Parts: sequence; structure tokens; C-alpha cells
Amino acid sequence: MKDEKQSSTMTGAGILWECLEREGVETVFGYPGGAILPAYDALKHSKIHHILVRHEQGATHMADGFARAGGGVGVAVATSGPGATNMVTGIATAMLDSSPIVCITGQVGSKLIGSDAFQETDITGVTLPITKHNYLVTHASEVARTVREAFYVARSGRPGPVLIDITKDAQQTTCAFDWEGAEPQLPGYRPDLSPAPKEYDEALELIHKAKRPVILAGHGIIISGAMREVRDFAERAGIPVALTLLGLGAFPASHPLNLGMMGMHGEAWVNHAIQDADLLIALGMRFDDRVTGNLKTYAPNAKKIHVEIDPAEINKNVKVDVALVGDLREVLHELLPRIESPDRSEWLDSIDRLKGDAAVHDIQNLPDNGHLYAAHVINDLWRQTRDAETIVVTDVGQHQMWEAQYYKHEKERSLITSGGLGTMGFALPAAIGAKVARPEAEVWVIVGDGGFQMTMSELATIVQENLKINIAIINNGYLGMVRQWQEFFYERNYSATPLLNPDFAKLAEAYGIKAATVRRRSEVVPTVDTARRHDGPMLINFHVEQEDTVYPMVAAGSGLHEMIRRPSPIVETAEDE
Amino acid sequence: MMNTFVVYVENKPGVLTRVASLFRRRAFNIDSLTVGRTEKPEVSRMTITVDSDYDQARRIEANLYKLVNVIRVDNITNESSIVRDLAMIKVAVTHEQRSHVLELAGVFRARVLDVAPDSLTIEITGAEDKIDGLLDVLRPYGVMEMVRTGIVAMRRGAKSPGPVASASVMFHDANGQDVSYSV
Repeated sequence: MKDEKQSSTMTGAGILWECLEREGVETVFGYPGGAILPAYDALKHSKIHHILVRHEQGATHMADGFARAGGGVGVAVATSGPGATNMVTGIATAMLDSSPIVCITGQVGSKLIGSDAFQETDITGVTLPITKHNYLVTHASEVARTVREAFYVARSGRPGPVLIDITKDAQQTTCAFDWEGAEPQLPGYRPDLSPAPKEYDEALELIHKAKRPVILAGHGIIISGAMREVRDFAERAGIPVALTLLGLGAFPASHPLNLGMMGMHGEAWVNHAIQDADLLIALGMRFDDRVTGNLKTYAPNAKKIHVEIDPAEINKNVKVDVALVGDLREVLHELLPRIESPDRSEWLDSIDRLKGDAAVHDIQNLPDNGHLYAAHVINDLWRQTRDAETIVVTDVGQHQMWEAQYYKHEKERSLITSGGLGTMGFALPAAIGAKVARPEAEVWVIVGDGGFQMTMSELATIVQENLKINIAIINNGYLGMVRQWQEFFYERNYSATPLLNPDFAKLAEAYGIKAATVRRRSEVVPTVDTARRHDGPMLINFHVEQEDTVYPMVAAGSGLHEMIRRPSPIVETAEDE
Repeated sequence: MMNTFVVYVENKPGVLTRVASLFRRRAFNIDSLTVGRTEKPEVSRMTITVDSDYDQARRIEANLYKLVNVIRVDNITNESSIVRDLAMIKVAVTHEQRSHVLELAGVFRARVLDVAPDSLTIEITGAEDKIDGLLDVLRPYGVMEMVRTGIVAMRRGAKSPGPVASASVMFHDANGQDVSYSV
């Protein structure tokens, strides 16, 4: 029997919500305005829960956080003009991190397009280079197919953001609604790629010949759902695993083969292992400049195998010897039965020796000297929350790198962070999306005092939606990472990096959010426990060492092995000031 | 070197912008881009020439495929193909010079489109170097105006695949071997 709605006449706005429901959408993040009013009016007939945000950028980050935490497609809604342009940062963030979101914007009436009408912006033009694809819909009859195509494009292949701009008249006018008849028609879109057999043979030959191989594990593992396969692969072949920032959680931190994060702020032994390797097996990562350092000196003796779903990433930054273009999980399924298990203990032992050398410099191994270090806060937070299903959502900067170093992620989708675009202000709204996607998870925002102030208006959204989200502000009174670069590369000229901050605890209380301020290490664990027990959101303002530095560091343009190492011992450096 | 791509795209508004924007964003320099209808009304065909090395050409091809509206990309640089450009050239001529210029046009198999007391307008179709050759000999007379369409290209023989999606070799690896995969 045919669905009642299948052939009925509906408005474009009604079709929009109906199609979103059929795509499995239960929640959207949005902000109304003139050109999207018909859609907001039609919302009353929909089962979809609309979360009113405080800024459209927040809506896009929420949709992004929702997608990254839950694996589905996040949806953000805004009006034309400023509503749409406010989404740009969030769309670019999702684009660079391959996050599937669908952004729906209202547009002025189709007759007014091109007339510089009130709140008219050519948002499909603006977002052309930062979306996977976008649409301008001018007729109600195009709504259904466009929504179906948008969701399909957003989540398939290498995922990414898709924007649908719908004119006001396309929302208002009516047409026959036919879901079945609105199948995607995308003759040029082929997301399902698979390698030719000879590529597998070549890859296996390199893997079996290698004496010093390293797996480079990226975000693609999580997107593909290949955690189990990567683990089987690493274990069977005895190959150590280095992770990108967005790969953290794709391979358990506690696994003996896990080396940790690579790149600009990766631990020394990880970067040295990559530089010494004779084979790199890149799994769902794209050789970002933050990961490779200077390309001229990158892993000079290593053959490279690149498993990647996006052909345009092959040979983009690093020339590879074998490329396996396709879905990572499927590729590993093909490879796994043919993997041999050679003895690689010599190689693994040599990495372990490097590790031992670096570990003595680690701030975690130093006694508590009264100073509160961000590393201590994050490590204590990890110890308290490690046994729970925790999602940590970080912002961008020093705290983000410390989190990556000192919070040990065992599971996929337990870290959500803006990697590619490095978007300050991401954490708080993204955490809202994460909590909506996985209400049962314990969600912690770790955010700097700078980034927090970019989107802190979303505190109201947390209260309005009654979301249990814990917020840890790593407050050092500086734009810390920029200050660090000024310290290293600009003769300590701290130009425009000291921050004048409000009392964040009082600010939270003004929103009705429980708050605490912490200045000593001894207070960290009890306050974290208080927040965890509290039946509602809580903000903790951690006043940490002001001029602390993220080590090790590969300066931009330096080789991956040319790291600025932790001074030893670090305690003296801190007390010098 | 010049690479020539034949690109089949969906005949929809905004597709030209998407293609042009891609070249701008990835900093590939377009030398020439032409677009027009094909034997299928729903498909447009572009001929794009780009000054790029081999690796860049592969990246261009892969990036073009990332555009949802792009159906097929063929790099025909090393294929046996027919390449044509069309130019209209207005040359200043005196009464005495006219017959000389008409003679030159004849040698190049160019057509005269318009004759005025002090000018001649000539149409020439051919490969780019042929047009460049005619231009060189006309320049001394004074080229008042010129317009060129940019090149269109087609493979020779019955080999042309048309706007059909199919397997494609898109790039070479570090050892110069083809990297292949199926779509």
C-alpha cells in the first residue's frame, strides 16, 4: 500500500521536514529569520526537535559534533544573508575534517535573486569551495530530490558538508510529494571506488619485505568503521601504529603497538620512528603539513603505501609507491587474509629505547610543585573519566595538543576536535551536538580561555536544552599557542596575545550553570568529581601556568626529526619566572 | 607542458563556475576553456587546456572527478586527437595591400568574412599554431581586432568513450607505474 503522504500535495517547507524525517533526522540545530520563516512555520507539523542556538556558527559546529560523535549526518538551519554567512566557518571546519553535515538556508524569493534584496547573499557562490556540493532550490518540486541527494553526498565516499539554499517561494508553493520518485540522480558521482588486484599484490610485497614499517592511522579509520580491521592488521603484521590528531581513538592508546600521536606536537619517539621507517602504511590520512613537517626530509628511506578513499589525495603532498584507492575497511578485508607475521621485535625494541629516553622529560613524571599545569589537569581528568564512556571535545591551541598528549583515548569517537581548519570556538557548540547524538555519554569540553569566548553564547543553549555537559576552561590568560610561537619565533614579543578575561565562574552562574575555580593541583580531582556527580552542566575554570609550552615541537618548515624537545627538568624553567 | 582535458559535465546552471572555481582554488592555470552542447542534451562538454606538469595534470583530473556534476574526464594530451581553434582577425589594409592580404589568407585556407575600405576581417579555423602562423604574417599590416574561441578537441577514430562513467587510470605512483582502480 502506498504511503498516504506519497502522492499528497504539500508545500516545499512541508516536504523539507518530511524528507528530513525520512532521512532519519530527529534533531536539527538552527536559528530562524525572514527567508526561512515558511520552513519554521511548517515545523509545527514535524516530529523533529529543533534546538535554538545563539549564533548560526554554533549551529554548524553542533551539527558537526553530532555527526562526529554519532556517525550520522548533522543538520543545521539558518536564514538567508547574515544567517547563511555566519555558517561559513562551521562549513569550512566540516569540509577540512570530512564531517557529514547538511546545512539548510533560506533564500530570498526566486524573483528577487540577483537584485541585492534585503538579506540576500549568494551563499551557494560563497560556499562553493568549502562544501562537498551545494544546491540552490527555486521550486518546491525540487526539494525532495535535493534533500535525498544532499544526504547521500554528505555521508558517502569521503564525507563532507552539503548546503541547500531554498528560496522563500520554493518553501511556500505546493506540489505533489513523491519520495520514491525523488531518487538521487547523480550520473557523475561515484563514491564507491576499489583498487585493482595488482595494487594489492604490490602493497603486500612491500609490507612483507619491510624491516621497519610504521602504520600512520588517520580519521578515515573512524569514518570507515575499520577499527577492528586496523587492529587485526597491526597485530598480525606486528607493525607499530602512529596516529594523527583526528585518528586518536581509532587504535587503543593502551595497545602495545600504539606509539601515540605523530607530527608537530607528536612525541619524539613517534616522529623518529617515522623518520627511520623503511615503509609507511598510511590508512585514511592525508599527509597534512602538521603531520609531515618539511616534505623534503620526510621519511627519506621509506616506501609508502596509501590507503585512501579520495583519489585526489594520492600523491598530493607525499609521493607514494602504492595507492589503494577505496574504502579502508574493504581494502583491509582484502589484505588481512594475506598478511604474514614476521618477527619485528628488533624494530619495536629500538622504538621502545627511544621512548624510554623521552619519558623522563615528561611533565607527568615530575613531582607536584604547587604550580597547576594544563598537562596535570588533563591527565587527572583522564584518570577520573577513563572508565566511563567519555567524549572529550576540544577547541584549538595549546590545550588541544596537551589533551592529545595526556588524555589516552581507547575508543573511536571519544575525541572530537577541529583538526584541519583549526577553528577556535568549535568546542562548546560541538559538544552540544555530541551530547545530543549520544546522550548517555559523559561529555567534557576542554577549551582555552580565548576560544571559549568566541562561542560562549551557546552556554544558553546548554541550559535551554538541559544538557549535562562539563566544561573545563584551561585558563592561562593568553592566546597560548600564539604566545608560544611568539616566544620561539618572535623574540617573546607577545603582541596581542595577553587576554583580559571575565570571571568565567560568575559568567556560568549568570546562566544558571554550576561553576568552580581551581588554582591548585590538589583541587583538580575533587572538583572534577563534583562536576561528574552534579546533575546538570558544570563549568570549571582552571587557572594554569601562564607561560607553559607544548613540547615537543616541530617548527613549521622543519624536518619531522628536528624537534624542540622538553627542557630538562621542566620544573626549573617554570620557577625561573 | 600543455595538457588537454575533455570534460563531460551535467548540463546544469553553475557547473561552469564550479569547474572554473576549482582551477582557481587549487592554483592551476587555465590556458583555455571552452564549453558547449553535446549529442546528449543533458550533457555539456568542456575542452580545457592547462599549462601543467605530469603530476599536476593527474591532480587536476582527480580533483575534477571530485565535482559531483562532472561525469567523465579524459586527458587526451598524448592521444591521437583533432584540436581546433577558430579566430576572427580584423586587419588594417590600404587599397594596395588588400590583394597581398587576400593572397596570404588563401595560403592559410582562411575565409574573408568582411571587406571594408580600410580593413579585412578574416576567419581561420585550425590548430593553434596554424592560427599563430597567420597572425605572424598579418601583424605587419596592423591587427586591429582579434577574437579566438579557444580550442575544442576530439579523439580520432571510433575510440571516443563519450559521457559514460567507467574505470579510469588516474595517476602514476612514485615509480611511474599506473595506479588503477575501478569505479
